[in-house]
Amino acid sequence: MNAIASALARLGAAVTAGVWRLGYATRFFGYLLLHSGTAFRRFHLTMREIYFAGVLSLIIILVSGLFVGMVLALQGYETLQRYGSSEALGILVALSLVRELGPVVAGLLFASRAGSAITAEIGLMKATEQLSAMEMMAVDPVARVVAPRFWGGVISMPLLAALFSAMGIFGGYLVGVVLIGVDEGAFWSQMQAAVDVRNDILNGVIKSVVFGVAVTLIAVFEGYDAPPTAEGVSGATTRTVVTSSLAILALDFVLTALMFTGGNAK
Amino acid sequence: MPDPAVAEIQDLSFAYNRQPVLHRIRLSIPQGKVVAVMGQSGCGKTTLLRIIAAALLPSHGSARVLGQDTRVLDRDGLYALRRRLGMLFQFGALFTDMTVYENVAFQMREHTALPEDTIRDLVLMKLEAVGLRGATERMPGELSGGMARRVALARAIALDPELILYDEPFTGLDPIALGVIARLVRQLNDSLGATSIIVTHDVAETLPLVDYVYFMADGRVVAEGTPADVRRSGVAFVEQFVNGRIDGPVPFHYPAAGYAADLGLAQAA
Amino acid sequence: MNRSTIDLWVGIFVAIGLGALLFLALKVGNLASFSTAQTYQVHAKFSNIGGLKVRAPVKSAGVVVGRVAEIRFDNESFEAVATMTLDAGYKFPRDSSAKILTSGLLGEQYVGLEAGGNPEMLKDGDRLRLTQSAVVLENLISQFLFSKAAEGGEAKGGK
Repeated sequence: MNAIASALARLGAAVTAGVWRLGYATRFFGYLLLHSGTAFRRFHLTMREIYFAGVLSLIIILVSGLFVGMVLALQGYETLQRYGSSEALGILVALSLVRELGPVVAGLLFASRAGSAITAEIGLMKATEQLSAMEMMAVDPVARVVAPRFWGGVISMPLLAALFSAMGIFGGYLVGVVLIGVDEGAFWSQMQAAVDVRNDILNGVIKSVVFGVAVTLIAVFEGYDAPPTAEGVSGATTRTVVTSSLAILALDFVLTALMFTGGNAK
Repeated sequence: MPDPAVAEIQDLSFAYNRQPVLHRIRLSIPQGKVVAVMGQSGCGKTTLLRIIAAALLPSHGSARVLGQDTRVLDRDGLYALRRRLGMLFQFGALFTDMTVYENVAFQMREHTALPEDTIRDLVLMKLEAVGLRGATERMPGELSGGMARRVALARAIALDPELILYDEPFTGLDPIALGVIARLVRQLNDSLGATSIIVTHDVAETLPLVDYVYFMADGRVVAEGTPADVRRSGVAFVEQFVNGRIDGPVPFHYPAAGYAADLGLAQAA
Repeated sequence: MNRSTIDLWVGIFVAIGLGALLFLALKVGNLASFSTAQTYQVHAKFSNIGGLKVRAPVKSAGVVVGRVAEIRFDNESFEAVATMTLDAGYKFPRDSSAKILTSGLLGEQYVGLEAGGNPEMLKDGDRLRLTQSAVVLENLISQFLFSKAAEGGEAKGGK
């Protein structure tokens, strides 16, 4: 009996702690936005973070995009040619990538590569008292350290998602047209007819921006809030990857429901 | 004309998450002096330093630093006060992604509109004062502990502060580095016309260096005086601390049940 | 990592990122067509629009000349009203007809425009008088069954 009571008490405490933390994170986000002036006025700070978050993620994004596109083409061809619709391969690859796989997979990769690096960096700066030292020198660490990393991530994410999709379509082209032999003209023309700039591509870009905000916010918050010990920082890094990934998938569901089923409601 | 106190602590108490840390502290730091706050680890001296640096607010009582009551400062006032302070953190806390030059130049670039040429001259002067003018392009990771501490010191005095705070500056240094830091603390204080507060438990290096000492135990000030007074002090705790005796007011044994009972020998009748 | 190297790499990154976006918009999507062209709108009433959706193409002679912009229900005539945006470069006579057709056997539905003979052209806001509604499968089947039944009845009755 006691075990159940204490388990319930612990569950209640965990939920309360979680809600409290969410409120704290929201306040942190507001503060971050208000103090982002430095990140833009001294844009070289943000540029440095675009380098570390975006440029250094290029290899993994491009290679993954290529492989995802190639697999899509392989699997898609298998199924489509059974219904004599192998010419729709271009549409299949392009829409899957632009609407879903581009933003989501690029977001997941970004979270595990750049998100964890940002958390570790900020957490370590906190543990070695660099953030306190900055405070003592009357420089707001949120404005100087956190905000540039946040905006660096937000700017990098849509570009990475677009690169992922573009690479994927190229990979699909390589496998579909060059390897398997689907008609090149049909591949591109059917794709162009079916992929709409406003509905598909723009929505994909919006998704990647939303994911970028979510992932980078979680990354900087976990780093800033990490306990200043080795276990604290490593725990925070793990939490960043897990929480960001779940957030991406949940937000993807919400955004997809809003964006892509609206047509049926008409 | 009496020396105005640079820092004045009145009846100050502080509790962290309802854990009492400081109890009714009274301190006065006169201008131009080097003062040590000594005690065991966990006695609250680092907390006191943070309250003086206005990083923490007292739960009770007041802290007046450089003429300002820290409790009434808003964010701008707080940052204005901090620009007049310099703080040396325990292991230096240098910014690891910047070179030595950039670390020292940091405050000048953030808070002044000085042209880069002037900043360069100032940085080189500060580094010369600590003997590291040749290390400008090194990264903090490449420096030894003593060198890193010296760079942090150069960084702390970058804007010629009126009050310099030292958090355990002698921790983990070899004898040569210890001697260097000790000499620099006194030299910089006098040449800048500043005041220094050192939180430490290193008796041998500190007593020859400072003008006044406060002893703390369990969040209270238990003794104070000049180094000469302290060496002659009759207070039992001070005597144990200064002479490094293993038993005294601070007992050797952590409280425990009877030894015989623990070993199960109590039955032997 | 000095500043000019970072600037270079960030510049390259942003350039190829924007390039990818441009590639997606132009080569993959349909931005190349109808982005800045001048357009005009015409309306058409149908008794049944079938599966016609907004953004469906409007074709004439098989060539896409516009898109369906809006589909409404007219509560007074109880008919569907489709508003079409046509490329200003293509002018159609006032007596042109609009039919709802299906591309392929099971494909998407679109509006087919057939030009009439009237020398006056359609203007912005005009209504197409001649329309043919979509073929609805249920109606087709019931028609077929009805005509089969009628044939059978005639054959019996006509004896």
